[in-house]
Amino acid sequence: MSRVTRFAARDPGPAARVVGFMAHLRDNGMKLGVTEADLSLTALTQVNAAASDECRRALRAICTGCQDEAARFDALFDSYWMDAGRVKQRIIPKPQETLSDAVHSSRDADGKDAGAQGTSTTPDADDAETDSDGTGKLIATEQRNLSRRDLRDLVRAEEIAEAEAVARRLGASLRDKRSRRRIAARKGDRLHFRKTIRRSLATGGEPLRLLRKRRPDRTRKIVALCDVSGSMNVYAQVFLAFLAGLMRADKDADAYLFHTRLVRITEALRDKDAMRAIGRMSLMADGFGGGSKIGPSLQQFAETYAKRFVNGRSVVVILSDGCDTEPPDQLDAALGKLKKRGCTIIWLNPLKGWRDYAPVVGGMAAALPHLDLFKAANTLDDLAALETELGAL
Amino acid sequence: MTWQTLQSALAAESYVASDDLSVALHLALSLERPLLLEGAAGVGKTEIARTLSLTQDTTLIRLQCYEGLDASQAIYEWNYQRQLLTIRSAAEDGQTGKVVEDRIFSRDFLLERPLLAAITQDKPPVLLIDEIDRADEEFEAYLLEVLSDYQVSVPELGTITATCKPIVILTSNGTRDLSDALRRRCLYTYVDYPDRATELAILRARCPQVEVRLAQQIVGFVQKLREQDLEKTPGIAETLDFAAALMGLGIADLTDSPAVLQSTLATLLKTQSDQAQITADVAVRIAGQAA
Repeated sequence: MSRVTRFAARDPGPAARVVGFMAHLRDNGMKLGVTEADLSLTALTQVNAAASDECRRALRAICTGCQDEAARFDALFDSYWMDAGRVKQRIIPKPQETLSDAVHSSRDADGKDAGAQGTSTTPDADDAETDSDGTGKLIATEQRNLSRRDLRDLVRAEEIAEAEAVARRLGASLRDKRSRRRIAARKGDRLHFRKTIRRSLATGGEPLRLLRKRRPDRTRKIVALCDVSGSMNVYAQVFLAFLAGLMRADKDADAYLFHTRLVRITEALRDKDAMRAIGRMSLMADGFGGGSKIGPSLQQFAETYAKRFVNGRSVVVILSDGCDTEPPDQLDAALGKLKKRGCTIIWLNPLKGWRDYAPVVGGMAAALPHLDLFKAANTLDDLAALETELGAL
Repeated sequence: MTWQTLQSALAAESYVASDDLSVALHLALSLERPLLLEGAAGVGKTEIARTLSLTQDTTLIRLQCYEGLDASQAIYEWNYQRQLLTIRSAAEDGQTGKVVEDRIFSRDFLLERPLLAAITQDKPPVLLIDEIDRADEEFEAYLLEVLSDYQVSVPELGTITATCKPIVILTSNGTRDLSDALRRRCLYTYVDYPDRATELAILRARCPQVEVRLAQQIVGFVQKLREQDLEKTPGIAETLDFAAALMGLGIADLTDSPAVLQSTLATLLKTQSDQAQITADVAVRIAGQAA
């Protein structure tokens, strides 16, 4: 099997083959440029290029950049140089097309909805909730609604402002994270020696003006992911109101919806008119309401948007009930990947507000180890009460 | 020099390097590129830099990264107190203006931190940038600049160009994703836990006084232990500690006394839950399997 590949007679030589190999790696999702090709050729002069093992090791050191790539490299090397009989295939799937935020018609969304019916967690209408958890708990929530106002009747225009205030406070408590480094400031807690000395030159070496430095506040970016699948239908609308408030309160925030796919709604929510923003978003959300593929959606998020928008200063807020139709290990892997970016992950679960709730749903149980905070979010009071805990994170 | 000679040179300093690591190190030396090592804690990432400096007969300059590490800690800082004193004494001597300024912003008043120190040596040192994943992204970006140009610009002094290119080794525990730009600049090797034969070779090289049979038992035991679902998997450093502990207690056979085995596990298991999981019975069973 491990025959060395026979290259065509018209093949111009080793340089072209190495360049071909680079193209082969690029096709398979590795980010390599001309520098790497150049470096690889130089590297091959430094080892015994006739020994395939040495070439493999040398090229691996140069072409790979992380553990994933290093693990995949062997197969790719074999398929190119060792004629392993593999058909060159894309290991990295093309990024899935997400719905464009600009072009949205309810017709398209309806079509999706019809297709998505029939999954275990999909209720067809609001009053016929058929959650996989069984009916007992749902009765509990109905009772609760009688005694205490639930979030679902919150989407009234005048109360968005209230949600916005809550969101603003939450955002502020999250964002207040001071940097460790100090910068020059008029009122600082420490002397800024460098500047003081520099200024003292003007006064003949006498440090007349003492300059100070302090720790600046570092903003933390909030990234909210809202589950709008069928099982979340009753809460989705409200979480969306909360999201709208959040987006209006914080211009750096980022928002996404997911059900079986992931959609970025940040732009849609930036509408000056709160109700119109809600309307546009509801239009998107309504159409969905299908099954919930939390794992794959978060996976998609971790692999695409998160790479650009999530870093150590981000707080990822997931609003979902954790009822996933996909196996929980996917969710586990996705959150693990997300966590590695250094962000704080908060999961707000409406079901947690229910009496006797335990995170036994497969997905939720898998997610728990990755979460920095797992709280209920049933009413606006609940959300407001989060303020102190978020501040402590 | 080929990578095999490098490998044997490392072995002479009792560092058993895998073929992968040796080739990568050899390339890092010959292509003058930084080498990024990733891997779990305790697999010898830091140690390789120390050993490399021994084989190259050069100094090791270490920069331990931490959150909030900034340029003044990593590159240079003016010695402000000394500058102040000099200004004062200069004023008493009647010197002013340009003369004083030139004097207090000279190299004498510059405190070299690891990165600047590394590029101003006469002989290329080994520069170890340890746990780069703990530093902030801003620092990572700054590091990139230093690593690509090998020069540092000090506004008051001008640009300090490298007198030599240091051998740069970066290590990371993978607690956060490093930027693609940094990864691209570096050669990369993932250092894994060693297999049985390699670990035995390491143990024999580091603790030659351990008898062959006991060494085999120790390595077998640790290898089995790594298969357990532990919070903190023991690395090679722990294996060596374990061997040293057994030697100190004069144990000749791992299966002899469960009580002693259990007490020496403190060198391998570093969390409470791990210690609770590997009870004396379990330890004896694993030791039995390994033997």
